[in-house]
Amino acid sequence: MDLQLSEEQRLIRETVREFVASEVLPTAGALDRAEEFPDRAIARLAELGLLGMTIPEEYGGAGLDSVTAALVIEEIARGSASLAVTISVSNSVCGGPIARFGSEEQRRRYLPRLARGEVLGGFSLTEPDSGSDAAHLRTRAVLRGDDYLLTGDKAWVTNVEVGSLFVVLAATDPSPSAHGITAFLVERDFPGFSFGKVEDKMGLRSSHTGGILLQDCRVPASNRLGAEGEGFRIAMETLDAARIGIAAQSVGIARGALEESIAFARQRRAFGKSISEFQAIQFMLADMATSIEGARLLAHRAAWLRDQGGQPYTREASMAKLFASEMVNKVAYQAVQIHGAYGYSREYPVERYYRDARVTTIYEGTSEIQRMVIARKLLDAL
Amino acid sequence: MNLDLTTEHLAILDMVREFAAKEIAPVAARYDRSREFPFENVRKCADLSLMGVMVPEEYGGSGLDTIAYTLVIEELSRACASTGVIVSVNNSLFCHPLQKFGTEDQKRRYLAPHARGEKIGCFCLSEPNAGSDAGNQQTTAARQDEGYLLNGTKNFITNGLGADTAIVFASTDRTKGHHGISAFIVERGFSGFRLGKDEVKLGITCSGSVEMVFEDCRVPAENRLGEEGEGFKIAMNTLDGGRIGIAAQAVGIARAALEEATRYSRQRKAFGKSISEFQAIQFMLADMATEIDAARLLAHRAAWLKDRGSRYTREASQAKLFASEVAMRSAIKGVQILGGYGYMNDYPVERYFRDAKITEIYEGTSEIQRLVIAGSLLKD
Repeated sequence: MDLQLSEEQRLIRETVREFVASEVLPTAGALDRAEEFPDRAIARLAELGLLGMTIPEEYGGAGLDSVTAALVIEEIARGSASLAVTISVSNSVCGGPIARFGSEEQRRRYLPRLARGEVLGGFSLTEPDSGSDAAHLRTRAVLRGDDYLLTGDKAWVTNVEVGSLFVVLAATDPSPSAHGITAFLVERDFPGFSFGKVEDKMGLRSSHTGGILLQDCRVPASNRLGAEGEGFRIAMETLDAARIGIAAQSVGIARGALEESIAFARQRRAFGKSISEFQAIQFMLADMATSIEGARLLAHRAAWLRDQGGQPYTREASMAKLFASEMVNKVAYQAVQIHGAYGYSREYPVERYYRDARVTTIYEGTSEIQRMVIARKLLDAL
Repeated sequence: MNLDLTTEHLAILDMVREFAAKEIAPVAARYDRSREFPFENVRKCADLSLMGVMVPEEYGGSGLDTIAYTLVIEELSRACASTGVIVSVNNSLFCHPLQKFGTEDQKRRYLAPHARGEKIGCFCLSEPNAGSDAGNQQTTAARQDEGYLLNGTKNFITNGLGADTAIVFASTDRTKGHHGISAFIVERGFSGFRLGKDEVKLGITCSGSVEMVFEDCRVPAENRLGEEGEGFKIAMNTLDGGRIGIAAQAVGIARAALEEATRYSRQRKAFGKSISEFQAIQFMLADMATEIDAARLLAHRAAWLKDRGSRYTREASQAKLFASEVAMRSAIKGVQILGGYGYMNDYPVERYFRDAKITEIYEGTSEIQRLVIAGSLLKD
């Protein structure tokens, strides 16, 4: 066993940490308040080669392994969870399935553009009436000549408006079943494609989330990802990987909350001394740090397993996502508590961390879905 | 990064798992009820060289690393937490300080027989009025002729009933506070040393906890471990390592509760189906398994840091804090899943529940761990 990060991993982490400190943190609060998309940071991340960080090098990406990608996402989320989810989604749930399940032609067509940052990607599975019960899709795809016609409403899609390419899941078989679902690569310019309303969210306010409306949207058959009926498997495998990203994002937000709390506790005085001298505060900090490190280890374990190739990591990814997302909600709660009224004010970043934390137990599989996955693996093993 | 265990680690894991299932688990409930010190278990562990896992082979140990040690303690504790702590105390709290701070002569005389498991060691720091505040030692050691006279009472001494030798902390200079504490190697037969009252405990009932009384106990000068005044440092260093062992013990107890609850939930039927089909049960199992994995990773991280010679005080405290609380939560859920049966002495989760509690208390309470962790976070 060796927990040491490689020289390269440490170097990348250091680079991203500096980038976040100088170019992300200073504006993250203002962007959040204005609900503004972080264009400048995205452009800089493209220059750093991180917009396609997990896309293979032969397609213009950085070809980072999952452990390194987790380090990058954690660092970015420490500054801005919105920015972290924007690039995590483009990499892991758009670039990821294209690299893994796409034809050579699809990879050559899309991956270099994602990697260069010309195109941001997204992933569209959820519907207004189908969240956790993801096999129950109403969106239909019907083959007409050389094209599929997709019709239906998609909801809660990250990177709407700013994204140009979406992996969309639709039912090719009218009987609702996981085996009748197919994945498509859908460009925003395809006829019949439009964005629905952008959601007004509690957190992640500088990332764009919203609906996609498909009305006889014409998708060339060459843009089908994988075979007909393979979509659900593609979606589930994609989400396994994405969950590691959300775990890393959760760890990053939590670290931000902890670091801000330590700084605040040191300078804030009450009852004649720094509040960091009170055990009530110290013990919260100790619990925050301990659970953050437990979560990071779970995330790195899942990432490492994935990097070994061929080893199952579904359970471990769910554990990492479940634990880290529940953890960050507790940690952000405690951070606000340590800051007192200041923590409730937009002037201090912990207010943003608290709101940003909330979605982590919901998206890319709720905590309840993670527990179902974990319990099934436990009970099946018996 | 490489999270794979080595072939050697896997071999040890397999060996101890099989041994614990075959030899330790079947007798655990009996020892728990009789509260007898399990000399037979210790002898069997000694036969497998588990009493001095990290001690170099030249001193009778197995010469393995701390990762191997955590694997051993987790597996033993999964079967019997009392046996887990008995082995842990001999390894971490007795052999470790001797190996690290002992003279060559002390190592030959004391380390080797304890590492081989021919003798059993214990560690005497706690006193009736000095638990978490360990620097406030009331036991004194006065210089006299060629040695020291120890006076005072130690309590809650794990392994005490079975121990041949104790490492005892006492103040050689009360004016210096914790800088006046020194450590001594005291044999069971030294005059003025006797066992006090047997401690009747909630859990880990057969780990031989006892009070130890020193009345003008004569200890030769060559049995002082380290320098005068070095005792507190020795104790703290020793406990850092000990905490990794307790984290591993806690993981073992938590895993025992999870495995028992998983097995039970499959066969127990209610409302026309197996209770494992209810989400209320599934989600408890999922949370237990997730926390157990996080706890084990924290324990292994601390062990890995220790093995490479890095600082690991904070990481050991984090592992111990988290794992012990996981053991307790896991045991609570284990009992809950078994319902009335879980409350009965006939089912092992009742024992796991009682055994889990101590992990939050000994070798530094959760509160002490939080102080250590917060101190490290706030220090720079």
